[in-house]
Amino acid sequence: MLGYLHRNVSLMVGVVLLGILVVFMAVGALTVDTSNAQPLSVPTLLPPSWDYPFGTDRQGRDLLAVMVAGTPLTLWIGFVAGFIGVGVGAVLGFTAAYYGRVVDTLIRSIADIGLTVPGLLVLIIIAVSLKGSLTVNQMAIVVASLAWLNPTRTIRSQVLTLRERGYVEIARLNGMRGPEIIFRELMPNLLPYLAATLVSSVSAAILASIGLEVLGLGPVEAPTLGMTLYWVFFNAAIINGWWWWWAAPLVVIVMVFLGLFFLTVGLDEIANPRLRRAA
Amino acid sequence: MTLAPPPPASLTNAAVLRVDGLRVAYAHERGAVRAVDDVSFTLRPRERFGLAGESGSGKSTMALAILRMIKPPGRIEGGEVWLEDVALSRLTDEAIRRLRLAGIAMVPQGSMNSLNPVVRIRDQIADGLADHGGRLSRRDLGARVHELLGQVGLPSQVADKYPHELSGGMKQRACIAIAICLRPKVIIADEPTSALDVVVQRQVMETLGSVQAGLGAAVILIGHDMGLMAQFVDRLGIMYAGRLVEVAPIRDIIAAPRHPYTRLLIDSLPSLERRGTLRGIPGLAPLLRDLPPGCAFHPRCPMAEERCRSDKPVVRPMGPDATVACHLA
Amino acid sequence: MNPLIELRDVSKSFPVGTMGRQRKAALDRFSFALDPDRPRIIAVVGESGSGKTTLARLLLGLIEPTEGEVRYKGDDLRALSAAGRHAFRHEVQAIFQDPYEVYNPFYRVDHVLTTPVRKFRLARSAADGRAQIEDALRAVGLQPGEILGRYPHQLSGGQRQRIMVARALLLRPRLIVADEPVSMVDASLRATILGSLRKLHEERGISILYITHDLATAYQVADTILVMYRAAVVEAGEVELVVKSPQHPYTRLLIGSIPRVSTVRDWAAEQPQVERNIAATGCNFADRCPAAMARCLTAAPALFRTAPTRAAACFLYEDSPLLPPGEVATVLAPACDAVATTVGGEPEVADNI
Repeated sequence: MLGYLHRNVSLMVGVVLLGILVVFMAVGALTVDTSNAQPLSVPTLLPPSWDYPFGTDRQGRDLLAVMVAGTPLTLWIGFVAGFIGVGVGAVLGFTAAYYGRVVDTLIRSIADIGLTVPGLLVLIIIAVSLKGSLTVNQMAIVVASLAWLNPTRTIRSQVLTLRERGYVEIARLNGMRGPEIIFRELMPNLLPYLAATLVSSVSAAILASIGLEVLGLGPVEAPTLGMTLYWVFFNAAIINGWWWWWAAPLVVIVMVFLGLFFLTVGLDEIANPRLRRAA
Repeated sequence: MTLAPPPPASLTNAAVLRVDGLRVAYAHERGAVRAVDDVSFTLRPRERFGLAGESGSGKSTMALAILRMIKPPGRIEGGEVWLEDVALSRLTDEAIRRLRLAGIAMVPQGSMNSLNPVVRIRDQIADGLADHGGRLSRRDLGARVHELLGQVGLPSQVADKYPHELSGGMKQRACIAIAICLRPKVIIADEPTSALDVVVQRQVMETLGSVQAGLGAAVILIGHDMGLMAQFVDRLGIMYAGRLVEVAPIRDIIAAPRHPYTRLLIDSLPSLERRGTLRGIPGLAPLLRDLPPGCAFHPRCPMAEERCRSDKPVVRPMGPDATVACHLA
Repeated sequence: MNPLIELRDVSKSFPVGTMGRQRKAALDRFSFALDPDRPRIIAVVGESGSGKTTLARLLLGLIEPTEGEVRYKGDDLRALSAAGRHAFRHEVQAIFQDPYEVYNPFYRVDHVLTTPVRKFRLARSAADGRAQIEDALRAVGLQPGEILGRYPHQLSGGQRQRIMVARALLLRPRLIVADEPVSMVDASLRATILGSLRKLHEERGISILYITHDLATAYQVADTILVMYRAAVVEAGEVELVVKSPQHPYTRLLIGSIPRVSTVRDWAAEQPQVERNIAATGCNFADRCPAAMARCLTAAPALFRTAPTRAAACFLYEDSPLLPPGEVATVLAPACDAVATTVGGEPEVADNI
């Protein structure tokens, strides 16, 4: 395994970047008082110092505590939305591709039409039309409502290529039926691909959630990374020179996206043998 | 690479191509694997020479080695290839590149499927002409393309078509047209008809034959179908596990093969005369990285003796045109 | 009694062209029936595009006909009950061309053998199932110890194809449709695989439909033969007669084009090449046929029964009685007895392993 990671550099970079974040969250959760992530907990607008390594914001939050509490929240939104998206996408993609005909036409048309609509616009409309401020979990559901479109389409096309394989015909001759062929013959060969799709859906979901939050449509109470950026803009922190306020969330967000990106590339290499490096 | 001494004058006149002790090895986890092992043969002008063997016997690798097209992890370990009096190992990469098509042209395996699907046949032939410094005006180019298509028996309208508009046989003829566009002295055709039906195969082989006769070129035909060899080539070489185990004029080799493997290979072709005569070759082709000691064929050979298990047979001349590597011959 | 499997006036066409508006016939009004009580080996020979693979896939129920019906014991395949379909799968099995594609790379090769045992409840116990699998492997000349537990990529093409024969054998089917089973296998191994098919037929009374482009192996393996050209049968009958004295001009061209291992270059003689335009209603082969007459360009001949055990679809034989569609099999049926009398016993395929 270690030998393989050594060859698959992208996978290794992704794992290391995300590993650093996990360690940061775990150590932080044990050592940092996350109640300081709420407003009016600490003195306002202090640049980084020994007491407040990441500084504090204008409303009296400890930015270290915000990062420790907010990073898992943002990742949670991404993972929930990503999982729902790939789960729904896998079911629809497999069904469409394996059964074909009317079912396929219907599912494919819905997914294709859905993909042409600007996603953020739809999310904004959904978020605005929900009464009051969102919770973190509601936020995840809102993002998930569009997260299945892309996985449906890509999984469908992957299954279409697999469905023509000789071993699917042998499975039919061996007495297997539709659902069993999907789960026993097709699914195992798509696992690396599903994993790669999951990771890219998670990062797309995180991006969508941050986008909504920066516009002020997120969970106002929660110290997520996106909401932190919203307060940065709300208070014009960039113009006012309070660099530490936006530096911390920005570094974390960049690490999350780079980590997920390299993980996707690495998993792609496993799923797609043509990209595999020679031994 | 070792440099071979210049060939004696008598041979340069007699041979258009001379392969001398050619060795190709592939780097492998467990040491090097020799895919072509000390192969020597000569090709006379206008001769049709066949190279036959099972898959993995090294026949395609040898074709690539002749053109110095072996890519890492493969490597030409030694030996020399002479095209008339030019030693190919002494040429620069640029000179070798110019020599392909103009000196030795290759119709690679599956070439009809490697035609560029979005380029018209005319332009693919023109690329071959232009690639090698042939400077022609538009009109001359068009005339040359039509001339080439005529040589391979294709109507000139084919020039304006895309590959998908052509049948398999027509595509294969277009590939032959590209191969001969610079009037090579040697044409190497690697399984040129393996994906074609027998009726079309016959037509394509007839085309190859007439093109070769028109150019006065020599042909190396690589394949596994002994029937095709019997009907097309003048002399046949049999490869087994990277070695050329027998070479002889085609009539002699079919009437009286000297190597037991050649015998079995001929017998494995299903007969159309008598039923119940279908015979295979016992055992499996050996793995190149795990060759048996002595003669590589001995585990499958019905006539193997004690010395076959321990001593590797050397290649011995059997008259002016033939060689064999077998203790029993 | 109903035939084991029957094709009634079956046509299959596929959409072609950019918009898929035109359709190309892969099989044109094909009728055929296989009597369950008279096992035989029938070769279907044709070049690529002749419709032979379409025929195989229709017989196996892997595709549905555009027109006509494929029937299993009298019932349309499309209307089979779950139990009927199960029985059909049990009795009609297949071996395909590509011994690589038919293995799921995720599983060991055991998977293709244990699945039918499980799905068709072939075994009384796990040990019994294992024993049956090992017997089937030995029957095709493989050592179970060297095969079971391996992944497909660890075995050679010949071994993999023989496992496929063992898989079909395990189900004890009445019919095996073998679609180009040796075209991707080295010549040295062809005899072994075809020999084991022949053995299945002789020892277990399994009918075999051997689909191939290679007339020479068909001659070695089959008793009777159907020659196909562009979606239709052009010649049918006893293999000895068809190969030794072909009647249809296409069969003659086909046999003349096979390169023979001989010190005589009979192949070098130039063949007459004709190209002409024909009407859509004309004979499929008329555009290349050296014997074409004026009427061949506008009318398509049906099969004429030129002898008790053979038929040809060519106007050269229009003095012979017409063979009604659906009775192609009657030309093939007596051939079994005829082979036994004319050749003197079952021809054997040598198996050197």
